Amino acid sequence: MINQLSWKVGGQQGEGIESTGEIFSIALNRLGYYLYGYRHFSSRIKGGHTNNKIRVSTTEVRSISDDLDILVAFDQETIDLNYKELHSHGVIMADSKFDPKQPADTQAAMYAVPFTEIATQLGTSLMKNMVAIGATSAVLDLDITVFVEVVQEIFGRKGQQVVDKNMEAIKAGFDYMKDQLGAGVETMQLEKADGNKRLFMIGNDAIALGAIAGGCRFMAAYPITPASEIMEYLIKKLPALGGTVIQTEDEIAACTMAIGANYAGVRTITASAGPGLSLKMEAIGLSGITETPLVIVDTQRGGPSTGLPTKQEQSDLMAMIYGTHGEIPKIVLAPSTVEEAFYDTAEAFNLAEEYQCPVIVLSDLQLSLGKQTVEPLDFSKVEIRRGKLVQGEVPATENGAYFKRYEVTADGVSPRVIPGMKNGIHHVTGVEHDETGKPSESAANRIAQMDKRFRKVENIRFNTPVYKNAPHEDADVLIVGFNSTRGAIEEAMLRLQNDGLKVNHAQIRLIHPFPTDEVLPLVRSAKKVVVVENNATGQLANIMKMNVGHAEKIVKHVKYDGNPFLPHEVYTKVKELF
Amino acid sequence: MATFKEFRNNVKPNWCPGCGDFSVQAAIQRAAANVGLEPENLAVISGIGCSGRISGYINSYGFHGIHGRSLPIAQGVKMANRDLTVLASGGDGDGFAIGMGHTIHAIRRNIDITYIVMDNQIYGLTKGQTSPRSAAGFKTKSTPQGSIEQAISPMEMALTAGATFVAQSFSTDLKDLTALIEAGINHKGFSLINVFSPCVTYNKVNTYDWFKENLTKLSTVEGYDPNNRELAMQTLMRHNGLVTGLIYQNTERQSYQELVHGYSETPLSQADLQLDQAHFDKLVAEFM
Ligand SMILES: Cc1ncc(C[n+]2csc(CCOP(=O)(O)OP(=O)(O)O)c2C)c(N)n1
Ligand code: SF4
Ligand SMILES: [Mg+2]
Repeated sequence: MINQLSWKVGGQQGEGIESTGEIFSIALNRLGYYLYGYRHFSSRIKGGHTNNKIRVSTTEVRSISDDLDILVAFDQETIDLNYKELHSHGVIMADSKFDPKQPADTQAAMYAVPFTEIATQLGTSLMKNMVAIGATSAVLDLDITVFVEVVQEIFGRKGQQVVDKNMEAIKAGFDYMKDQLGAGVETMQLEKADGNKRLFMIGNDAIALGAIAGGCRFMAAYPITPASEIMEYLIKKLPALGGTVIQTEDEIAACTMAIGANYAGVRTITASAGPGLSLKMEAIGLSGITETPLVIVDTQRGGPSTGLPTKQEQSDLMAMIYGTHGEIPKIVLAPSTVEEAFYDTAEAFNLAEEYQCPVIVLSDLQLSLGKQTVEPLDFSKVEIRRGKLVQGEVPATENGAYFKRYEVTADGVSPRVIPGMKNGIHHVTGVEHDETGKPSESAANRIAQMDKRFRKVENIRFNTPVYKNAPHEDADVLIVGFNSTRGAIEEAMLRLQNDGLKVNHAQIRLIHPFPTDEVLPLVRSAKKVVVVENNATGQLANIMKMNVGHAEKIVKHVKYDGNPFLPHEVYTKVKELF
Repeated sequence: MATFKEFRNNVKPNWCPGCGDFSVQAAIQRAAANVGLEPENLAVISGIGCSGRISGYINSYGFHGIHGRSLPIAQGVKMANRDLTVLASGGDGDGFAIGMGHTIHAIRRNIDITYIVMDNQIYGLTKGQTSPRSAAGFKTKSTPQGSIEQAISPMEMALTAGATFVAQSFSTDLKDLTALIEAGINHKGFSLINVFSPCVTYNKVNTYDWFKENLTKLSTVEGYDPNNRELAMQTLMRHNGLVTGLIYQNTERQSYQELVHGYSETPLSQADLQLDQAHFDKLVAEFM
C-alpha cells in the first residue's frame, strides 16, 4: 500500500495530454485524494513536448514530487526527457505504436501497451488517452467506475454514444493491463482516501473567484500567459452580477480603464504578466498620485521581454515594488497557496479602498496554473470594507468650494467621493495638487501631499503578512520564500527535521511594505537564513538585507531555469550548509 | 437646471491669451447646460498637453490623467456609471500620436462617450514640435527641415474605423461647436469631435485667418447628407479634410452599453458588493 503517487503523462501538444490528466485528477479528487498537477508546456498550440505531472496523496500536497512512479508515454521523446525522474520501482507504460525503446540506465520497468491500437479498434485513436487512464487504474488497483461521472460531464454534450465509447476505452485499457499484471507487473495499491469533498482548482480560478467574492464587478484586461484564465473566468461569471470584462487594445488601456472605473466607484481588476505589467507602470503611478484604488494581478513568468513565457519564474519582485517613476505608496501581496490567492485577492479590494493606492497581487506561473486540491473556502471570512468612501449625502461646502478629496489627515487617508455625488466635485490630476486636487507647485504643499500619501501605508493592517511555521526559538536555519515555493520548502523542512536540524519557515505574504517587525525576530534567532526564489539575482534576499539586515546570515538559493523548485533541491542546499 | 455659469470654476486657465482652447472650454460649458446636466453628473476626462488642462477649468468632476490615455480612463468611468455624461478631451498629439491606438479602438467599441480633440497641428505644451496633424513640409523645432511625414486624416480614419458620430468644428464658431457637442452628448454611442483650435504661440501657419480661408462649412455643401458614409468620405477627400459640421452619424448601431450581455441597467457603481452565500456556493460547486 502506498499513500502517495506521482504520475506523469506526456506526448505532443494538441494530442489531448491535458484532458487525460484532467479526467484522471478530477476523478481522484472526488474520491478524497489530494492532488497537485503541474503542466509542462511550450508557447505553441500543436506539437512540441508537453506533459502533465500529477501527484496523488492521502495528505495535503503543494509541490511537484522529486521522483515519479508511473510514466505514460505517447512518444519516445516523453520517455527520453522524463525517465530519469522514475525511481527504481517505477513503471513506464508506453504506446506500443511507436515501438518504444527502454533507456539502458533505468531500473524502471517498461511495458509497451497498445493504447492506440485498442482505441482504434473501438472506433478512434483519439481515445488512446482513455485507454491509458484505464491501464493506469489497473496498476493502481482503482475501481474504474470512478470515471463514469467525469466522463459523462466532459463528453455528455457530444452524446451518449461518445460517453459510452470513452468508458469502453477506459475498461479496455484496464482489462488489458490487468492481464499483464498476472505476468509480473507490480501493482501500486493506493491507500483509500477520506472521501471528503474538496475543490480542485488552479490559482487563477481562486484569484478570479476571490475577486468576485471581494466585490469586483468589472475587469479590463489583455490576454497573456499565465493570466488569461482570470479574464476568461470573470467574463463567464460577472454578467450574472451586472458586470463585465472588456478585452482592451493593450495593457495600457486595461490599466487606465481600470483606474477610470475604480475612480467612478466600481471595484475593478486588471491582470497580466511581466510584459503587460511593464506597460502598466505609468498608469500605476497615476493611481498612486491620484490616490485611486486599483487592484492588479501579476502572474509572473520567465522574463525579461518574452523570456520563457510558459515557464515558472519569480523575477518581477523588484519591478512590482519600485517599477514606476517617482515614488508612490503601494501594497504588494504574494499569496503562497491557492486558498491564500482567494482570500488575498478579495482582501486586495479592501486594501485598495482603505489606503487609496494600487495593490498588486503577485502570483507566479506555478501558483496560477498548478491545479490542486483545495480545502473548502470560507466565504464568511471575506469582508467588504470601503475605507473612507463617503456614504450617503455629501454636506455642501462653503461657497461651493471644491471638495477636499486630498485633505491632509492624521492617517494620510482622505475622504473619497465618486462622480455623480452632489457637493463632491473636485479635481483629479497626476500633476502634484492641493487638497482639492488643483495643480500646485508650492514646496510646502508638495511636502504635505507626499507625506500624507506615504503616511497611509505606514501601518498597513493585513491579517497575515508572513506565513510562519517557526517552532524553534533558536533555529539552525530559517528558510524564506514567497508565492509557490511554499510546497517544496515545507517538504524539505520535514526531511531536514528528520535529520535532526532545527528549521523554521517563513513565507512572505506582504512583500511591500516589508513586514520587518515580523521577519526580523525570525532572522535574529536563526544561525543561517536560506532564501529560496525562482530568479537569478536573489531579489527577495536583497529585499531582506535591505529591510532586516543580517547580510552575513543570508544565503541565496536561486533557480532560474524555468522550472519550479523540487523539495530535494531545497533540502540539499540546506544540507550543504551544515 | 444648471446654467452654463454653473459649469465655471474659479480656476484661471494657464493658456496663452488667444489660444483656441478657451472657446472649446466655453462651448463645453454651454453644451452641458443646454442638454440639462447638473455639474455633478458630468465627468470630463483629459489627457496631457495644453489642451489637457481643460478638465481643471470646468466645474464638474474632472480627471486629468496621463498623456494619450484620456479615452480608456473615460471608458472606464462610463462603464462604472452609465448615468454619467462622460467627455474625453485632449490634444492632437494626445489623441492621434501616443493615444492613437485607444482612439481607433474607442471608435470601434462605441461606448457612449464624447471625445473632443483640440487640434492645433502642433505640440503646444512641449513648446512646438511636430504633431501627426502637422502638414508635410511644416517646420517645427523637431522638424527644422520641414516635416517629411504625411499628416493623419482623423475624420477619414474615424469613418474607416466604424465611427457612429464624426464631426469637426472651428473654435471660433462657438454656436456651431456648442451644437455639435450637444449632438455628440445626445448621440447613443461614441462621438468624435475634432476641433481646429489654433495655437497662437507655436503654429504660425495654421492661424485663425488660415482656417477662415480654408474651411468649408458642410451646411453650405449642396446635397450633403451626414447619414451617407460614402458621401462623407468623398467630401472629406475632396476638401482635404478641411470641412466643419456634422460629417457622419449612424443612429442605427447600438452603443456598447446596450449590447453588453448582462450589463446592469442601473449604474454599476451602485451595485451591492455583497455576494450572497448561495451564489458563492454555486460558483464553488463547479470546482468539485
Ligand atoms: C509619456 C509621455 N511622453 C511625453 C510627454 C510630454 N508631453 C506632454 S504634452 C505632449 C504633447 C502635447 O501635444 P498635444 O497633445 O497636441 O497637446 P497640446 O499641448 O498641443 O494641446 C508631450 C509630448 C508626457 N507627458 N508623457
Ligand atoms: S502654447 Fe499654444 S496651445 Fe498652448 S496654451 Fe499657448 S496657444 Fe494654446
Ligand atoms: Mg496639439
